[in-house]
Amino acid sequence: MRDPNSFASYFNFAQVNWNNLWSATVETVWMTLLSLVFVFIFGIILGLLLFETTGKHTAGAVILNKLTAIFVNIFRSIPFIILIVLLIPLTKKMTGTIIGPRAAIPSLIISAAPFYARMVEIGFHEIDAGVIEAAEAMGASRLQIMWKVLIPESLPAIVSGITVTGISLIGYTAMAGVIGAGGLGNLAYQDGFQANQNAVTLTATVVILIVVFIFQAIGDFAVRKIDKRAIA
Amino acid sequence: MIEFKDVSKIYHTRQNTINAVDHVSLKIQDSEIFGIVGYSGAGKSTLVRLINNLERPTSGSVYIDDVDMTTLNGKALRTMRQNIGMIFQHFNLLWSRTVRDNIELPLELKGLNKAQRQQKADELIDLVGLKGRETAYPSELSGGQKQRVGIARALANDPKILLCDEATSALDPATTEEVLELLLKINQQLHITMVVITHEMHVVRKICQNMAVMDTGKIVEQGAVLDIFRHPQADLTKEFVQEEVNPEKDDTKVIVSQLLEQVPDGLILKLTFHGEQAKLPIISEMLKRFPGIELNIIEGNIHQTQGGALGNLYLQLVGEQTLLTQGVAFLNTMRVDTEVIRNA
Ligand SMILES: Nc1ncnc2c1ncn2[C@@H]1O[C@H](COP(=O)(O)OP(=O)(O)OP(=O)(O)O)[C@@H](O)[C@H]1O
Ligand SMILES: [Mg+2]
Repeated sequence: MRDPNSFASYFNFAQVNWNNLWSATVETVWMTLLSLVFVFIFGIILGLLLFETTGKHTAGAVILNKLTAIFVNIFRSIPFIILIVLLIPLTKKMTGTIIGPRAAIPSLIISAAPFYARMVEIGFHEIDAGVIEAAEAMGASRLQIMWKVLIPESLPAIVSGITVTGISLIGYTAMAGVIGAGGLGNLAYQDGFQANQNAVTLTATVVILIVVFIFQAIGDFAVRKIDKRAIA
Repeated sequence: MIEFKDVSKIYHTRQNTINAVDHVSLKIQDSEIFGIVGYSGAGKSTLVRLINNLERPTSGSVYIDDVDMTTLNGKALRTMRQNIGMIFQHFNLLWSRTVRDNIELPLELKGLNKAQRQQKADELIDLVGLKGRETAYPSELSGGQKQRVGIARALANDPKILLCDEATSALDPATTEEVLELLLKINQQLHITMVVITHEMHVVRKICQNMAVMDTGKIVEQGAVLDIFRHPQADLTKEFVQEEVNPEKDDTKVIVSQLLEQVPDGLILKLTFHGEQAKLPIISEMLKRFPGIELNIIEGNIHQTQGGALGNLYLQLVGEQTLLTQGVAFLNTMRVDTEVIRNA
């Protein structure tokens, strides 16, 4: 028990300040959900843009498609920890601070939205072209097709995509925590690692896992409820 | 009226250019069921999609009641499309919507309110015989039921035209019959012009008044279904008619050639009856007049078409040569199409 690095030290739960743990959990969930809302909106818009401009031959569509694709591919490829540092000046302008949960939101959105947009686009491409053609033959406008056909018919992909994205966002918030964004990542790093309190690190880990599992369970349940393609 | 005026559609692919529709001119009258047959890749789907402008022609025009569809764009085109229903081989229903909601989709697109949509959907569910299945999802329906939903959906906007692209090709024979009966009923009740695309002659025979035969983008033959069944001109048409009217042709061929060998001085006749003639006692009349003729029946069949009954009869006549010639002449005066088969 004396050695702060012993195996047993992981279970010295006296070190855990449950109030701090609770507020860190709330911060993590809050950061994740808030950024997820924006990721959802931007992701669907970008996904629609990608889908609608793919395979078209008009100059406008080709340029729009290329621009969107470049934007999506660049921001999807930048490692999150680098992106957050890169965006510090922007973050400061937008939120007035570079520490705390609010400061993490812009980076979280910018890194996850392109990732999600690709998943949404794939979902749209999985829709049978005949169904879209049927809507066209009924006299549907492009917007009506998006709203009444594309989104409802790819809803399982949209929802399972947002679940996966949400889970990687939880991971990102933990990384953001290390550079001062608060939440469970911050708790594990500062109160756990730097203060040599392994029990805090372990507890933070377990709570993150629980949050992830709950997220996954909700997502899976929603997909099962929505998906009417197979006979129930 | 739907009118194609010298319409061509050319696709350019990386390897070659495809004349999917090649200088087609065609008129389809109001309230008729018009059939277009052809083998896979003949350009039937492309042709029918030119009608509602899902494809734009490379050259030529498609008129619907004097409106040139090829000049329409945007809102005008969408409004026009609301008057043209379409059903598909694979139904193309939205899996995310119930039967009722699928049928209401065109009405939603048009902006009708809930009460109006419900009333119309109820009527249509009744018409296509899906009462009790309103809240089912497409995955819970059989193929025939799915096509009924497709038909109801296509009729939601009270269209003047219904386009059917291989509407029964994914269905078994019994279900095909049911769906064809339903289409006939709709045509008779609502007087909707129907364009029926198919590779099955059977479908055309059963419900169409007029037809065209398509081969590699071209219309090789067109006319009344009954005429085409009686006197097919193009080789392709003969093939289609033969398949439908006399699928056991090979059997008949064998029997005919055997008989020709055994009784070389006999005559093998193929008689084609149609309409009212099929009911007249023509054969017994001939035997009464020429008692010296002996008769064998080789093969016979009768088919129902929209233009009336159509029958084929293969006979062998044996007797004195002059008598046989007189017999055939008599049959000809009865205006039965008589063909002497010398060797099959
Ligand atoms: N979008 C397209 N791009 C290139 N070629 C096409 C396209 N659509 C159709 N074609 C070609 O045009 C020809 C006619 O196709 P179409 O689908 O009209 O035939 P079909 O008679 O309906 O055949 P099926 O009975 O198999 O449905 C085919 O050779 C096809 O490969
Ligand atoms: Mg086709």
